[in-house]
Formats: sequence, structure tokens, C-alpha cells
Amino acid sequence: MEITLNHYLVLAAMLFTIGVIGVLTRRNVLIIFMSVELMLNSANLTLVAFSHYLQNIAGQIFVFFSMTVAAAEVGIGLAIVVTIFRNVGSLDIARMNLLKR
Amino acid sequence: MQTLMFIVLSVVTLFSALMVVTRRNPVSSILYLVLTFFSLAGFYVMLGASFLAAVLIIVYAGAIMVLFLFVVMLLNLREPEEIEGRATVWQHFGFIVGIGVGLVFLAYLATGTGAGAPHVADAKMMYAIGRADWLGKELFTRFVLPFEIAGVLLLAAVIGAVSLAKKDRA
Repeated sequence: MEITLNHYLVLAAMLFTIGVIGVLTRRNVLIIFMSVELMLNSANLTLVAFSHYLQNIAGQIFVFFSMTVAAAEVGIGLAIVVTIFRNVGSLDIARMNLLKR
Repeated sequence: MQTLMFIVLSVVTLFSALMVVTRRNPVSSILYLVLTFFSLAGFYVMLGASFLAAVLIIVYAGAIMVLFLFVVMLLNLREPEEIEGRATVWQHFGFIVGIGVGLVFLAYLATGTGAGAPHVADAKMMYAIGRADWLGKELFTRFVLPFEIAGVLLLAAVIGAVSLAKKDRA
């Protein structure tokens, strides 16, 4: 059996689905954050696979930039998490309802 | 050989991704996420993107995950059981929606999208373009503007993180 593009696409889809389930079902902000990272990385895997099978370097460049953005996003996101924890005293998203009141 | 490698890596990837989503304790989630990144780096190597594999390990498994771990230790959490109580209606709903997303993907892939994709004609060429010299050449010629913009984005992130972390701000 030869590994084709479809194998990588199915794997990335499964990884993305796991990430979606994590975001929708967990209540800990940090774990939701990690599930978002999972989804980002499944998209990156798709891009690298296409880059390989289409012999085009643009996909890998795109992954490079997506990693840059992810690094910036994690930095800011964790700073926000720390700030929220300081104000609310919990990481439970069910208790982060300040805008509702 | 490549097939065996693919199977082993995908089993490890999916198992550790599931563990990330299901563990109660954030620290074990983080460690499983590091394992996921390592196996993804294995896929990158198989796909000829050796430079990106190195970057994935250094930046993601190295820097970003240490940042996560640092925040978990900084926040001094009580028992992790306290956060996740009984599953609410929304969590069941979210699970069902997530499964639905997976089914949509499967249906899409089952229609044969990508089946007409070309096979690698020139494998040698393919493993060359993933190397650091090719990527660097492209990055500083065709993609130099996005590269500069990424630098500005990182600067903005640094300033934002510092201003958020300052205690006497609000």
C-alpha cells in the first residue's frame, strides 16, 4: 500500500475533529486552548501534505507563517488567561460571564 | 517501510490527541500535546519538510509548551476535579456537534476529493525543497513582505503581552 495524499487528509480531518470536540466539551480554558492548537496543527499537516504532493513550496511557507501567528496567539492568549484568573479566580469558562451581568 | 511508519505515527498522533482532550489534569494534557507534536514532526520529515519539522519541535514542543506549563504552575490550581463537574447539556451538545464535523469531513473525503492529485514525480527534488536553504531563499525573495509583516506581528504580540501582564494597569 502506498501512502497517498488522501491518507494524510483523512488523518488531518480526524485530528481536527478531536480538536473540535475538545473545544466544545471541555470547560478548562487551558485545555480549550490546547485543542485549538491541535486544530491549527491539523491544518498545517494538510498544507505540508499538499506541498509535498503538488511539489510546491508555497504550502511550507504558509505553514511557517501559521506557526509564527500561533506563537503570537499563544503568548497573548496565555497573558489573557492569567489576567482573567487574577480577576475571576478560576479557569472554568462557565464562570467567565462578566459581560453577561 | 513508509507505510509502516505512517501507521505507527498516525496511531501515536491520534492516541495522544485523544489524551490531550480527555485528561483531567492540564499538566498531563500538555505532555501528551508534546507527544502529538513530535509525531507530527515525524510526518513532516516523511513529507520532506525537514526544516519545518525542526521548527515544529523547537518552537512548539520547546517554547510554546513550556509557556503553557509555566502558566499552569504559575496559576497554582487547586484539585483539577473542581473545574470539571457533571457534564452539562451544552457539553453533550458540543460532543454531538464535534462528531457531526467529523462525519462531514468523512463524507467530503469519501467523494474522492484529492484522488486525482499527482504522485511525486521527482522525489529527489521534493526532498530538496523542504530544506532550509530553499525555504530561506523563497522567504527572502518572493515572500519577503509577509516575512516583514510577521515580524511586526510578533512585536505587537510582545507589547500586548507585556501590557496585559503589568499588574498596576487597571
